[in-house]
Amino acid sequence: MNAHDPTQVDPVWLRGMTRRRISRRDLFKYAGTGAGALGLAAFLEACGVSGTQPAAPPSEVGTPAWWAKQKQAGELNFANWGYYIDVKKGRHPSIDRFTQQTGISVKYQEVINDNYEFLSIIRPTLQAGQDTGYDAMVLTTNSPVLDLVIHSFKWAIPLDHSLTPNFNANADSAIKNPPWDPGNKYTMAWQTGLTAIGYNPKLTGREITSVKDLFDPKFAGHVGMMDDPQELGSVGLLAIGVDPAGSTPDDWHQAADFLKKQKDAGIVRSYYGQPYINHLENGDLWISQAWSGDVVQSQKSGYTDLKMVVPDEGGMQWTDNMMIPIHAQHPLDAIKYMDYVYDPYAAALIADFITYVTPVPAARDVIMNQLHDAVAANNPLIFPTPEMKARFKQYYKFKDNAEADEWNSIFNPIAQG
Amino acid sequence: MSESAVRAEEVAGAVATSILPRKPQRRWTRFILPTYTGAVMVYLVSPILVMILYGFNKTGGLKVSFKWQGFTLAWYRGLFDIPNLTQALKNSLFIATVSTLIATAIGTLVALALVRYRFRGRQVADMIMFMNIAAPEIVLGAALLSFFVTLGLPRGVLTIIIAHVMFNIAYVAVTVRARLSGFDTSLEEAAQDLGADPWTTFWKVTLPLIFPGILAGALLAFALSIDDFVITSFNAGPVSTFPLWVYAAARVGVPPQVFVMGTLIFTFGVSLAAINLLLQRRRVRPALAEASGAADDVS
Amino acid sequence: MEQHLQSDRPGVARHGSRLGKRLAPYLLISPGGLWLGIFFLVPMLAMLSLSLQTGSIDTGFRQTWNFGVYPHAIGEYHKYFLRSLLYGGVASAATLLISYPMSYWIAFHGGRRKTTYLLLLLLPFFVSFVIRTLAWGFILSDEGILFGTLKSWHLLPSSFRVLNTGTAVVSGIAYNFLPFMALPLYVTLEKIDRSVVAAAGDLYASKRETFLRVILPLSVPGIFAGVLLTLVPAVGDYVNASILGGTENHMIGNIIQTEYLYNFNYPLAAALSFVLMAGMVIGILAYARVLGTREIEEYV
Repeated sequence: MNAHDPTQVDPVWLRGMTRRRISRRDLFKYAGTGAGALGLAAFLEACGVSGTQPAAPPSEVGTPAWWAKQKQAGELNFANWGYYIDVKKGRHPSIDRFTQQTGISVKYQEVINDNYEFLSIIRPTLQAGQDTGYDAMVLTTNSPVLDLVIHSFKWAIPLDHSLTPNFNANADSAIKNPPWDPGNKYTMAWQTGLTAIGYNPKLTGREITSVKDLFDPKFAGHVGMMDDPQELGSVGLLAIGVDPAGSTPDDWHQAADFLKKQKDAGIVRSYYGQPYINHLENGDLWISQAWSGDVVQSQKSGYTDLKMVVPDEGGMQWTDNMMIPIHAQHPLDAIKYMDYVYDPYAAALIADFITYVTPVPAARDVIMNQLHDAVAANNPLIFPTPEMKARFKQYYKFKDNAEADEWNSIFNPIAQG
Repeated sequence: MSESAVRAEEVAGAVATSILPRKPQRRWTRFILPTYTGAVMVYLVSPILVMILYGFNKTGGLKVSFKWQGFTLAWYRGLFDIPNLTQALKNSLFIATVSTLIATAIGTLVALALVRYRFRGRQVADMIMFMNIAAPEIVLGAALLSFFVTLGLPRGVLTIIIAHVMFNIAYVAVTVRARLSGFDTSLEEAAQDLGADPWTTFWKVTLPLIFPGILAGALLAFALSIDDFVITSFNAGPVSTFPLWVYAAARVGVPPQVFVMGTLIFTFGVSLAAINLLLQRRRVRPALAEASGAADDVS
Repeated sequence: MEQHLQSDRPGVARHGSRLGKRLAPYLLISPGGLWLGIFFLVPMLAMLSLSLQTGSIDTGFRQTWNFGVYPHAIGEYHKYFLRSLLYGGVASAATLLISYPMSYWIAFHGGRRKTTYLLLLLLPFFVSFVIRTLAWGFILSDEGILFGTLKSWHLLPSSFRVLNTGTAVVSGIAYNFLPFMALPLYVTLEKIDRSVVAAAGDLYASKRETFLRVILPLSVPGIFAGVLLTLVPAVGDYVNASILGGTENHMIGNIIQTEYLYNFNYPLAAALSFVLMAGMVIGILAYARVLGTREIEEYV
């Protein structure tokens, strides 16, 4: 074949594009060399991966004396989940306002898609005793990752609440001194939300009121469940009429059996992380476990058919928490920002856009009277009414790792193929 | 072709016994196969069309929406509105550029050695390159990660570049070698007969002649680097590249800017390939002329 | 053996010492050799070593020659290996069936537009693999452009679905790797000596016989190369499974990635990778025995 033939696509390039070249003779040679390489036992013996047991942070980190020494750096790297802040013309008005007020420029990074995944990204750095590059990050209560980070590893810097006047004055009582972080020693809520049910009435053909609707054979192949063991187990417990917070291992097994039947009957399309919302939008799912906020945002982006309901049995309440990872370079800037989001106007800007439950009740007045968005102000999924709050259920709090492992070993096999 | 000739004889013998009237079946080549080929092409191109089209969709939200809501250029105007995506693209371009330069230089040298010299270890080198290209990507990525973990080397831009050079050397070497092996050494010999030293010969004769091959190798390396997902995901640590960012964002829904960037990269790549093709058509003659001119110079 | 190729000709390569000439190839190849040695060969051994270590990410891993990890890995995860092989095999066969008639037509009847057709075939490579897969997912969506339309015409039952099933994963793999099959097929078919084909015709072979007894046998190297080029990456792929599949469609690549990157279970992950690698090498060798030709390289 003539490589210079102008009527041909360069065969060299074609070869490259196909990326792989094989010949049997080479293969045999390869096998021979491979056998020889096995002789290098000494090399194999010498290999090892050094332990990365986290060094205990210096004890003074996070003390009032330590905080008093910190200086404002004028910059802040904030790691948050995707689509979780207000956006206008490619900018974040609430952040711009913060920068105007404080002179701190914020590098807002939407790098978290999953608690475990994010932990796996920052873990090697933290274990090596280095700065993650983030001054603030957000983890969720419904994942064991939060507990690992703040309590087991002690990878968050203790907060000094003399620096958080807005939080002290405006935070909802429900997220002050929460069970997962007594005294808000390490964390302050970013938003809270519910795991409830999202559905498309046009496809289901009826309104949804109960958790049991997720188990209806009529929707076979179009029901979305979550792959997170906490979410999956909790909805299973609700379905068998047990409040997850007070459940026992016996209940867990019963719930798992119930969920397994649902799976074996072909009712579940798949067990999802975040992508459930895209499938709900596309009509692949007719009904799914869903996070509040996601559905409202979908409605805003044109999927007006979608609906969100907190079923009669209740919805699971979770909280996303801001914290300052250990070794952060700009802790003072971080705590200032964390407090800033408790300013009612800032909280209103954020909540009005992302439509999760805001931790700042006073934001309602701002949304009503200054942002003139009566729909959002009266949305019980942003500002829950007492009746709505009565339906909020809490996740089971594990007493120790063994219990968490037991839970996971019961519910994980259901979601895994 | 001797093998095929032998087979053809056998075949000819076999078919000669069954004498059949020759009926031209034009239907197949004139209609069915071309239509079929067209259909496959449509199949291949349809996701690209989806990408291009939905980069223009006027969605109410910030994510790609597959409900057509009107035409807009907003995502083109707001191409760089997502700082992390922009950073990921910059990382990809930087990594691709650096790794292409290194891999092209190293790979070209390997190709020169393999084509020009016979030496002990030549077959081993061939075999290693073959293994490198044939191994599944996930194994390459996993092995390299095991190595970095063993060394305690933190993952980041450096480890990604190391990985990309690693998988690109062989592609560049193979591409350049293919160009070199069809290469007429008489011009080099002429240059040397006319008194050029090897260095001058290389710069003035060899390099211009093999340059299209090097360029093709470099383009290939760049394309492979900028698109690599599997090996990169194992060795990226906290660093994000364009494919990694898109994959991660896909869990929540990608913003339309991803499709716009995809469209622009596509347009750029196709133009570059077209130009390369045209240049190759044109270059053959001028390069020869230039080379003989160079030979004149040194005489 | 060690000899400058061009030195057969008198008057050539008269510059430089003999030693220099001898060293030249080694100097040229050493940067590449070192790079591949350190970052390709040594890592393979590091992976093998890691697979036999025990420990945890916190305490570190130490070499204990824990060969038991291999039976464990295979026992626990054989389902994923088999599924990967099944998906990869079906996808590979599908690409062969889809692309053979097309490659044949382009090679034999493409005429002056051959280059254009080949460029069209390569177009998907100019779009990022991940984006291609995403877009493919949108096409396969239940209520999407394709099936949504068919459903609205009542050509499909409303409960029909492809996305998040094994079919979706296989179709994604087939889509993504189709050019890897079509190109080597084209190159082989294009190389077939036309006079052989004409001879068959002259000897009164029907078109069908010519195809079955001349063209098809002569294109075996292309089929061989194409199947390797699609099967090897397909079996190790996890992007299609995670974007297009459901939880029940995870492949071995998904497991390896999760164990390495999220669970930090390095020994298990390394063992799984090694089994994958070894399985493929053995498979390829066996396959090459049955179907292979001497120099596939020439055709790829």
